[in-house]
Amino acid sequence: MEQVLSNVKVLDLTWYIAGPYCTKLLADYGADVIKVERPDTGDPARKMGPFLNDEPHPEKSGLFLHLNTNKRGITLNLKSETGNKIFKDLVKEADILVESFSPRVMPSLGLSYETLEEINPKLVMTSISNFGQQGPYRDFKASELIFQGFGGYMYLVGTADREPLKKAGNVIQYQLGSTAAVATMVAFYGAQQKGSGDHVDVNGVREEITCIDGKRTMMTAYQYTGHVYGRAKSSSPGIRLCKDGYVFIVGFGSVTAGLFFPALARMLELTPEQKEELSKPGVMNDPVKQGEFDEEIMTPWLLKHTMKEIVEKAQAYGVMSTPYNTPGGLLKDPHFRERNYWEEIDHPVAGKLTYPGAPIKMGIGGWQMRRPAPLLGQHNEEVYGDLGYDKEDLVQLRQSGII
Amino acid sequence: MSIPISNAGLPLEGIRAVCVTGIWAGPYANQLLADWGCEVIQVESIQRRQLHTRGYFLRHPKGKNVMKEAGAPWPWGYPDGEPGERPWNRGSEFNTINRNKLGMTVDLTKPKGMEILHRLVALSDLFMENNTPSTMDKLGITYEWLKEAKPDIIMIRMPAFGLSGPYRNFKTFGSGLEATIGFTHLRGYTDLDKSVSSTAVAHCDATAGTNAALAALMALHYRRRTGKGQLIELAQIEGFIPQLGEAIMDYTMNGRDQDSLGNRDLHGAAPCGNYRCKGKDRWVSITVRGDREWDAFCRALGYPEWTKDEKFATAPSRYKNQDELDRHVEDWTRKHDHYAVMFMLQKEEVAAAPLTDTADIYADPHVRESGVLQEVTHPEAGTHTYAGIGWTQKKTPNSIRRYAYCLGEDNEYVYKELLKISDEEYAELEREGHIGKDFAPHVGP
Repeated sequence: MEQVLSNVKVLDLTWYIAGPYCTKLLADYGADVIKVERPDTGDPARKMGPFLNDEPHPEKSGLFLHLNTNKRGITLNLKSETGNKIFKDLVKEADILVESFSPRVMPSLGLSYETLEEINPKLVMTSISNFGQQGPYRDFKASELIFQGFGGYMYLVGTADREPLKKAGNVIQYQLGSTAAVATMVAFYGAQQKGSGDHVDVNGVREEITCIDGKRTMMTAYQYTGHVYGRAKSSSPGIRLCKDGYVFIVGFGSVTAGLFFPALARMLELTPEQKEELSKPGVMNDPVKQGEFDEEIMTPWLLKHTMKEIVEKAQAYGVMSTPYNTPGGLLKDPHFRERNYWEEIDHPVAGKLTYPGAPIKMGIGGWQMRRPAPLLGQHNEEVYGDLGYDKEDLVQLRQSGII
Repeated sequence: MSIPISNAGLPLEGIRAVCVTGIWAGPYANQLLADWGCEVIQVESIQRRQLHTRGYFLRHPKGKNVMKEAGAPWPWGYPDGEPGERPWNRGSEFNTINRNKLGMTVDLTKPKGMEILHRLVALSDLFMENNTPSTMDKLGITYEWLKEAKPDIIMIRMPAFGLSGPYRNFKTFGSGLEATIGFTHLRGYTDLDKSVSSTAVAHCDATAGTNAALAALMALHYRRRTGKGQLIELAQIEGFIPQLGEAIMDYTMNGRDQDSLGNRDLHGAAPCGNYRCKGKDRWVSITVRGDREWDAFCRALGYPEWTKDEKFATAPSRYKNQDELDRHVEDWTRKHDHYAVMFMLQKEEVAAAPLTDTADIYADPHVRESGVLQEVTHPEAGTHTYAGIGWTQKKTPNSIRRYAYCLGEDNEYVYKELLKISDEEYAELEREGHIGKDFAPHVGP
């Protein structure tokens, strides 16, 4: 069935997380993505966990399986002369090339944007890197933690007496991939309009400085006030203990509690005296007073009710409250089940597994699972066949380590 | 009257988006489009305020700053701490995210307001909103209704939980969504109870923003090819779930319910953490992956005795003995400036960088040279340097072309130029409370 990006050809030279997530987004919405891997070991993400049954295996990495759905996979040694030539043949056919090598690699392979532009003037090339294609830190190494700490928000997360605290998992690398997908589509839309391509530079540090979060608004606040902010004295994740575990609820203890107070007062069935006391000027801005009321009124109330009861009641009263889940709890959560969010995908080696589903639901031509992540070199025959290589050629290419 | 913002030569020139969006997620989505040439018209009302969008408090008693007196934290700073006559035009939060867009006011709770919106939709390509579904239900804004005005309109709805399901009408900020998705569970100090183990962060505004912008671009591409518009449903929470792929797959493959790793690496790198440096609250992040980087790390430190300990000989043993390893690393980092640690380690190709505060990021030579910081003069907030455009395109120079719009800033352009409304009718709409540059007196605090 036709999808929104069905006619778009993407050549994918990305490994690990950010680049593959970018091309996954395009592939899941219909783009024909050809993923190019190293002949011997493939994308290094094949060696990264979690693995099925905790058994390290290049076709059983949950990370790789998740990030490479709907792509066709080929192997190619770009350092060999023939491999390099084959790659340029593929570039001729592509609308988009996404790569995530460190900035010196593509030029050193003779595959700079300037060279590829001559081969295909309409090509949109997206380069995803750590610190950008230019500048004093262009060759610096990075990691999830470094994106979060250098470009991002981490200095402010956690408490003042402790070390700054990371956001979970590899979310910034995913977010970098998501931004790269937007950038690629912006440039592609423009290229289609103008008939000439462009070179997009997306990098983790710039993405973190410019994406919306506390850091970016705080940068403006620093400009406005000259104040350099630090971490808060105490933590306030909004997570509270309740009868059967945890729940998220906006309550006392924040500077804006006053705004939520009328709804909270109704929900907690406060007596007129309590309401009057809490409504006195300044009380809702006084952390000590708020702490007292929290301890005396809100905490016991929460401990008497289950997560489900609290969320339902709070939402009915207009108080912001949502369920607290572990990842396993999320998989079981009725909301996502009812919306058919999860997708079962069958893979020739890893078998049938449940994967995250569509991030965006489109009325026409939306998300589809056409094929699982490719086995290493799975589509060599198909892709190189289209370029005119027959089976004997492929045997030779294989023997000389090119594919 | 000329067009207020020049989009000439940008990839999305000629596309118009009408947006009923607020707070962070929606405005970030259309900021990405506006930055690259889409004419984004944000619809606001002077008859009500949306919590957060233009600051927490619209009214401040003369000479007072309510937020400052309440000890308010960062996102709500005003220039020089002064709310000024129109605090809603001076808030750091709003002014961060609304550059390159046009602003109009109209009261959508009145039939006349809905008629104006309908006429504007007829001239537009995209319609974007990020409200609780029940809010749109009440107003009567549906895809069918938009299609009557513009048959090939692309409508992007970005409710928190989606347009169906038991949580459809739940009201929440990003921090609440993140609890439901397991994100809050997966982060935080590992030695503390979940109720006190971390601070609220809002990552899902960024994920929803890029997902919605991507949806818009894919739909625009499809429309150009087929002539068809469409309705897009972006449940913000569902767009975030794929970013937790490792934890989801570990559960579906192995039945393992992951918990927080603090600052540790999901894939076994060690040392990996934030280490205290010389100076007050100064920190550096270091990540060492595998033996080659470990050798380089030891070389950068000059091979102190502890690096030769058997306990740290292999990657798995370093991961296992990380607490002890961390103490050694921090003994070393404490002696150095956070930037000095970065340069010493990066020289040996080891991933290390200082944790920047806002002063650091403005002063950093690489960041400055990259051009990501840009000075902008705002008529009511003054001249400041903001975080600029999110990426660069070699053949398409780009910049912040206009400050964040003031309330009702582009009413004349939208009503008179686009909708061809006469001066008389314009004056009437002003009297009726649709058009204005100030919130109505009853709106507050």
